[in-house]
Amino acid sequence: MENVIDGGEAKSPVFFELDEHEHEPGGSTMLGFWIYLMSDCLIFAVLFATYGVLATNYAAGPRPEEIFELPLLAVNTAMLLFSSITYGFSMIAMQNRNKQAVLLWLVVTAIFGVLFVGIELYEFAGLIHEGASPQRSGFLSGFFTLVATHGLHVSFGILWMVVLMVQVAKLGLIEPNRRRLMCLSMFWHFLDVVWIGVFTFVYLIRVI
Amino acid sequence: MSIGSHTSDAHHGDHGGHHPSGESHSTMSGYLTGFGLSVVLTVIPFWLVWARPIEDGVVTSLLVILLAVAQIIVHMIYFLHMDAKSEGGWTIMALIFTVVLVVITISGSLWVMYHLNSNMMPMDNSMQMDGLEMKGMSMDGASDAGKNAPEAGASTESGHGDHGGMTMGGSQNGSGSGQ
Repeated sequence: MENVIDGGEAKSPVFFELDEHEHEPGGSTMLGFWIYLMSDCLIFAVLFATYGVLATNYAAGPRPEEIFELPLLAVNTAMLLFSSITYGFSMIAMQNRNKQAVLLWLVVTAIFGVLFVGIELYEFAGLIHEGASPQRSGFLSGFFTLVATHGLHVSFGILWMVVLMVQVAKLGLIEPNRRRLMCLSMFWHFLDVVWIGVFTFVYLIRVI
Repeated sequence: MSIGSHTSDAHHGDHGGHHPSGESHSTMSGYLTGFGLSVVLTVIPFWLVWARPIEDGVVTSLLVILLAVAQIIVHMIYFLHMDAKSEGGWTIMALIFTVVLVVITISGSLWVMYHLNSNMMPMDNSMQMDGLEMKGMSMDGASDAGKNAPEAGASTESGHGDHGGMTMGGSQNGSGSGQ
């Protein structure tokens, strides 16, 4: 296109490139991973829609204001928010090529992640013990599917983080490892964004 | 917009792949600003729901949703480092496309299912009979009975068995007269 615009000279226009131009290894990884995250976003959109449709199908079972505990939710949200900022500190340490600091902040992030999943499992166990199990009503099916899918994502994020800690400890902050840490950074912050939707639309709105 | 910025980038020296890891965006102050805003935008909705300073439920809900949207944007900018220029504008394009799909999926599902719910209230007996007769008349083969059953069957569970019998009868009559 530029050739056509620029070309005052007698140069035949080039509409497409026949030769593959040079790609740096990993040059398109970030965009590719972003597109994966967007597709993951659609999974959550469908689960949010399902929850929204089933939201008032209580089947004479427990209602949200009876089973949701805001203090527990607040602690859980804080855990995920703290893990977001500590992952950010890890990224800054990575820019300064400080391997020990990267590992330290990754461990802190993973601990917050484990606490988040632990609190969520504690909440689920309490709900099921009270009889508010997934098979009790449409509302609870939608609730457990959405929240547990998010929790599963966080769990796999922690697993990924442990793998990367081993990689960084063994190989140092080499280019591929920095790229992987950036991908996990996007994944982790993306899960935090999804959690904003969860605590707002699944919990807070329903107890007003 | 983004495509324009991409071509202008290409003119002034290659921005294309200098930072394959997408590094060099993050700063300490950026993360701390994002975190601070994020904490404020989390605490306010919790407080709104917990202490209920506003009596009106609808107003509270709208405020909480508005704050959530604001917080999502804060996370996108300060933690995910979104801007219109990264990757030549393709990340923002993918995001806009996804947001459109998410809005269609969620609002469409809620809209359709809400109307389905309100239009499928249990009918009284005479209306149900009318509906069934019409279905029976329009039937051509017995195989259609299965297809049409859910339409009326979903409305009343108790009427489901009757409905099946009626349709079958109707369709048999129809095929008989045709031959």
